[in-house]
Amino acid sequence: MDPLTPEDVEHIAQLAYIKLSDEESEKMRIQLTNILGQFQALAAVDTEGVEPTGHTTDANTVMRRDEPHPPLDRELVLQNAPDSDGEFVRVRPVLE
Amino acid sequence: MTTWSTDSELYFATARELRTRFDNRELSSVEATRAMLDRIESLEPDLNSFITVTPERAIKQARLADQRLRGAGQEPTALTGVPVMVKDNFSTEGVETTAASKILKGYIPPYDGTAVQLLKEAGAVILGKGNLDEFAMGSSNENSAYGPVHNPWDTDRVPGGSSGGPGAAVAAGECFVGFGSDTGGSIRQPAALCGVVGMKPTYGLVSRYGLLAFGSSLDQIGPMTRSVADCADALNVISSHDHRDSTSVPAPFADFGQDLESGISGMNIGVPKEYLVDGIEPGVRSAFEASLKTLEDLGANVTETSLPLTDHALAVYYIIAPSEASANLSRYDGVKYGLGSTDSRTSAEATETARGKGFGEEVKRRIFLGTYALSAGYYDAYYKKAQRVRTLIRREFTDAFLKFDVLVTPTSPSVAFKIGDKMDDPFKMYMNDVCTIPVNIAGLPSISIPGGMSEGLPVGLQFIGPQFGDTAVIQAAAAYERATGWHLEHPLI
Repeated sequence: MDPLTPEDVEHIAQLAYIKLSDEESEKMRIQLTNILGQFQALAAVDTEGVEPTGHTTDANTVMRRDEPHPPLDRELVLQNAPDSDGEFVRVRPVLE
Repeated sequence: MTTWSTDSELYFATARELRTRFDNRELSSVEATRAMLDRIESLEPDLNSFITVTPERAIKQARLADQRLRGAGQEPTALTGVPVMVKDNFSTEGVETTAASKILKGYIPPYDGTAVQLLKEAGAVILGKGNLDEFAMGSSNENSAYGPVHNPWDTDRVPGGSSGGPGAAVAAGECFVGFGSDTGGSIRQPAALCGVVGMKPTYGLVSRYGLLAFGSSLDQIGPMTRSVADCADALNVISSHDHRDSTSVPAPFADFGQDLESGISGMNIGVPKEYLVDGIEPGVRSAFEASLKTLEDLGANVTETSLPLTDHALAVYYIIAPSEASANLSRYDGVKYGLGSTDSRTSAEATETARGKGFGEEVKRRIFLGTYALSAGYYDAYYKKAQRVRTLIRREFTDAFLKFDVLVTPTSPSVAFKIGDKMDDPFKMYMNDVCTIPVNIAGLPSISIPGGMSEGLPVGLQFIGPQFGDTAVIQAAAAYERATGWHLEHPLI
């Protein structure tokens, strides 16, 4: 396969919401190219007509009873937020 | 005072032996817990197997356990009063839970996961939280924001990973039972490298509620112990059907220890030749060959077999697990918990900054890998393809179990390696899991037990069973353990 380009890495970084330094980006580009290269052998396995496996316990969709349960304590939950205001989690502006 | 002739007799006792001492009133849980806390204090500078120790909570739980052991309240269980450790990716109410990541530093969960809840109900004494590779991603415990764990057999070496903390703690006598999680070998490989028993049960037997998710279709909680009997007892405690985990399978389950004494005369055991990979160390190979001889001597029919798709399992795993991880770890957005960025201009920038600073190198690598495999244009070639090969790998196992009761393989191609030796080459590190990964792909039960020594370091022996064949792997492992006694070897620490 062709090596990943710096633009590929930048695109993945945007999708993953992870900011990398220039040095980290270049290292990531080389390592991902190497790892993906090792995966190319999979193409040779004949999977014509084979259904994909998502989960191994062929469990049916499980429905729980629609009964109310006590929720987590709000104060304890909010203590973990980096920024909060009263009963709310506070975030930075979503629109510039 | 205890009637133990030496301290090391206590440190390296099994949970069953400890419980017998409790029942005989030779020792109390509080005394055993204090001895463990002292041991932890003296060994931690060398091992670093704990991220958090919770002495006050432990003593409190031990006091309650002692009352229960003396007949007050509920009937005691196999783990009542027994000091244990849980890996730091188990959610514990009121106790910091970091998954060894900077991004969760200071996070105090408001709830217990199901396995922790079951341990508390059983009366186990939780000493603290075990070190691990960040978010359980790694095979050496070097990817921890809280520093690497050192192998008690040789502190210059890794304990394996990602459950390196529980592995080292059980091996060193810092606790009697450890609880880990296994996504591609994260219980069994450190069990092998530390010379203890470690089991990944059939997918769905233990609720994943409150286990910080890595690869949800692969993750499974399991015990790490100093004997196969302890492993069965611990599995009896933590297995459950749980409405909070839609993939947990319906109970009731068998007593996982029902065939501990049954022996393996007439058992059909397959040896898949692909697991004796090219890079396998000679010492591991010769220990394995000796183990096959032991199994034959015990009356088992040991036959070579072939699982040709094994060679593709590593690629399937390193596509599926990072893909699931990239989705699971999207919850760490710096808003609800953990590391945030409150001086960023926008919300998106705050998230990118928190994740860029909070995640370590390996976690970022896997998120990038998974994000790429799931992205437009690559989904069919990587993720979908891997899921289809996953189906074929499952079929190959299903066919093998028409002929065999269990399969036997080495757990890891090498013994514990030196800290730093494999950190510069991610793919070389991934190769450590080549014998354990196929099991998770197929959701099967598997146990690693001490299976010999090579150059003074433990070698692991792995049994794999059919889906829900957990009692069969325990049966085979127990028979081998009785015959060899490798589990009685302990590090001089």
